[in-house]
Amino acid sequence: METYTFLQNYWWFLVSLLGGLLVFLMFVQGGNSLLIDLGKNEDERTLMINSTGRKWEFTFTTLVTFGGAFFASFPLFYSTSFGGAYWLWMLILFSFVLQAVSYEFRDKAGNLFGKRTYHIFLVINGIVGPVLLGAAVATFFTGSGFEIGKNNITDMGNPVISQWSSPWHGLEELWGGCGQPASNWWNYVLGIAVFFLARILGLLYYMNNIDNESFHAKCRRSLWWNSGIFLVFFIAFVTRVLLADGFAVNPETGKVFMEPYKYLHNFIAMPAVLVIFLLGVIGVLAGILTSLLKPCFKKGIWFAGTGTVLCVLGLLLCVGYNHTAYYPSTTNLQASLTLQNSCSSLFTLKVMSVVSLLIPFVLGYIFFAWRAMDKKKITIEEMQNTEDKY
Amino acid sequence: MDISLIDWSRAQFALTAFYHWLFVPLTLGLAFIMAVMETLYVRTGKSFWRDTAKFWMKLFGINFAVGIATGLILEFQFGTNWSNYSWFVGDIFGAPLAIEGIVAFFMEATFVAVMFFGWNKVSKRFHLVSTWLTCLGATISAWWILVANAWMQYPVGMAFNPDTVRNEMVSFLEVATSPMAVAKFFHTVLSGWVLASAFVLCVASWYLVKKRESKFALSSIKIAAITGLFASVLSFLTGDMSARMVAKTQPMKLAAMEGLYNGGNGVGLVAIGMVNPNKQPGDSQEAMLFDVKIPKMLSFLASHDLNSYVPGINDILDGGYPMPDGSVALSFADKKARGTLAHEALADYRQAKEAKNPALMQQAQETLAKNMPYFGYAYFNDSKELVPNVPLNFYAFRVMVILGGYFILLFFIAMFLSVKEKYHLQKWVQWVALLSLPLAYIAGMSGWVVAECGRQPWAIQDLLPVKTAISKLQPGDVQLTFWLFLALFTLLLIAEIGIMLKAIKKGPELKS
Repeated sequence: METYTFLQNYWWFLVSLLGGLLVFLMFVQGGNSLLIDLGKNEDERTLMINSTGRKWEFTFTTLVTFGGAFFASFPLFYSTSFGGAYWLWMLILFSFVLQAVSYEFRDKAGNLFGKRTYHIFLVINGIVGPVLLGAAVATFFTGSGFEIGKNNITDMGNPVISQWSSPWHGLEELWGGCGQPASNWWNYVLGIAVFFLARILGLLYYMNNIDNESFHAKCRRSLWWNSGIFLVFFIAFVTRVLLADGFAVNPETGKVFMEPYKYLHNFIAMPAVLVIFLLGVIGVLAGILTSLLKPCFKKGIWFAGTGTVLCVLGLLLCVGYNHTAYYPSTTNLQASLTLQNSCSSLFTLKVMSVVSLLIPFVLGYIFFAWRAMDKKKITIEEMQNTEDKY
Repeated sequence: MDISLIDWSRAQFALTAFYHWLFVPLTLGLAFIMAVMETLYVRTGKSFWRDTAKFWMKLFGINFAVGIATGLILEFQFGTNWSNYSWFVGDIFGAPLAIEGIVAFFMEATFVAVMFFGWNKVSKRFHLVSTWLTCLGATISAWWILVANAWMQYPVGMAFNPDTVRNEMVSFLEVATSPMAVAKFFHTVLSGWVLASAFVLCVASWYLVKKRESKFALSSIKIAAITGLFASVLSFLTGDMSARMVAKTQPMKLAAMEGLYNGGNGVGLVAIGMVNPNKQPGDSQEAMLFDVKIPKMLSFLASHDLNSYVPGINDILDGGYPMPDGSVALSFADKKARGTLAHEALADYRQAKEAKNPALMQQAQETLAKNMPYFGYAYFNDSKELVPNVPLNFYAFRVMVILGGYFILLFFIAMFLSVKEKYHLQKWVQWVALLSLPLAYIAGMSGWVVAECGRQPWAIQDLLPVKTAISKLQPGDVQLTFWLFLALFTLLLIAEIGIMLKAIKKGPELKS
């Protein structure tokens, strides 16, 4: 494999891995969405908020780094998707802004809106964040309407290279529009699946991180129906992915064309990716089932979390590798983004790859600090006796 | 492109940057001050220092959250509102942002949680290391984002690729260690330390005025005054470094900062003055309604030579003056003509490539390479478009410099009285310190106004105009998000100030 192709694949792997880690870390959002059903009294809400509150910076940082890594390695995606699906991304960002302040502000005197409002902010982010991020990722399979015209740069009246077809700028991804079919029920399906997965991870995280038997039992009960809904939507989306026509790229001409069962073919052509995906699914199921069947089991988050990372990694590798357009255009197939036509230069990818050697070191200190902080589980007594809390 | 779209996109970015910079400098400086206090706790074992550090950490945390929230929006706006920018220079600009995430944000995120919640969970030393690493993470983050910003002011280490129609990085070292980045980093981070020192001085002086928490207040004041004096003096010196870089790489910005229309040798610096708001390039009106100049000082600041040549706005537009490298400066008309040649050569190259004609491709590429430094000029029709807002830059620069001098004096007095243990006796100093905090914010904001408004109309100096860097949206979309951000950030700011005031009123919990 040529160095440039290798680095394109390597960076797609890293971006996909960051995507997987982001979905795992959305246990914070999932946990917050559970404030409505599980946080029945102030003690429970304090436990829940302080449990995810000590991890929310990781989710936030992973989101920022995911954006930064995409910008550095696949800048044409950054300019096309963010500048095109404007409202979709803006809604996601708004919800994360609400979340960022809510932990710190919610219990502080003088916070202007009162505690309840900040809880509502957390719930809004807990719902909007996963649903819309899931919907945004689904467009990698379903496509979006845009054109790429690099010659536009010399057009004084209209120099913009990436142009979105719909005036709804991303809202059409959610409910159609501009005369297009509401393509995009499948975007919702993945959005809802990600939302319920985040809730499952939130439940499993609470079961691991909060030392309170009655709350543990409540989480277990909630896990049943959240898992049921997740499985329905997840299986529906995966079935659609396997059976749908996909956006294939002719390796010789670079032309994009529709190929029946493209993603199924990708899994078959890349057994390693299939294994990653299946291990991920098994991990998620193992985490859920063991937690459901063994009342005292508290480590479900690690199985389901690892499974989530692998599952998302497998799906994203499937949509990017093996001559596939990972961000397809439904307006003009030839405008679709592939690893080759949207990536940074060889030099930049090399520099970034050297920097990426720091990632194991970063993961190492995160592991070390996380472990040190989580040695003692959160209890109601701790919350009542400490000032170091949200 | 629709002018209102450009203006709303600029307004939205300026709004977000403004709010972001309300919170970030305090994070940068307070992290250092808290870390010093906690170090004193670990070294002396006195719980007084732990409680003192914890109080400032509480205020740090309130401020930190909003800084993160506004920073998220700022990063993604490069894509959402500046889509052409993201492609045209993303190959260079994206790397510092990604490195910032990998190297700095994770460090900050990991150890800030230990710093806030780890007092009873980890050892004293682990906690202290976490506080210092939070400070280091914030500072490294500042390095990379300022590398990116410096590159917008002074693009280096790249080459244009006509196949991909973008600029590509050819030297990471040049980008990461550009002299503009070095000057910007020290000047900006130190200005954050100045602001945080002014913040600590203000809050602690309030306690003294109220005759509360005197030991806590005086100890905090001593650390803040020393930090503030050190930072404000160095900030002044690095400001000089920045000014020389501006003179070398952004002469139009320097001319706007000085309201200088007609340059020359041995040019004076306007110490005080009032800009003629009706003055236009090329007309015969006076540039200043009145001014008091320090003779030859601008020439000296620009190149440390009292008689050096400093071009004015008219000179830059008309060209013909000697450049430091011995060449003669081109006029706007020449630059536009060469920029147009570059555009035509790019179009020819792309056509020849499609027609698979290597000879024509080579010919077009040569013309393109020769004229590429002027590529951005082809987008302008009128030379006046190249002139930034002169009054805004002129006044913002003076406000920054005058306040910079004021803070050196204030911190010197505070440190002197603190060391002599007489600060608590001087009510007037306490009141002055109490009332000076807004001035520190104004000084920092003024600096950014000069940096960013002085670069206009360029997104990337001489390479990509703001009007070409844009995303193609409806003006109404951006207008709506502008108002939403304005409402949201303003409400969060009010909430943040409310929480801060309550926490300050409650005061530190000194168990010792």
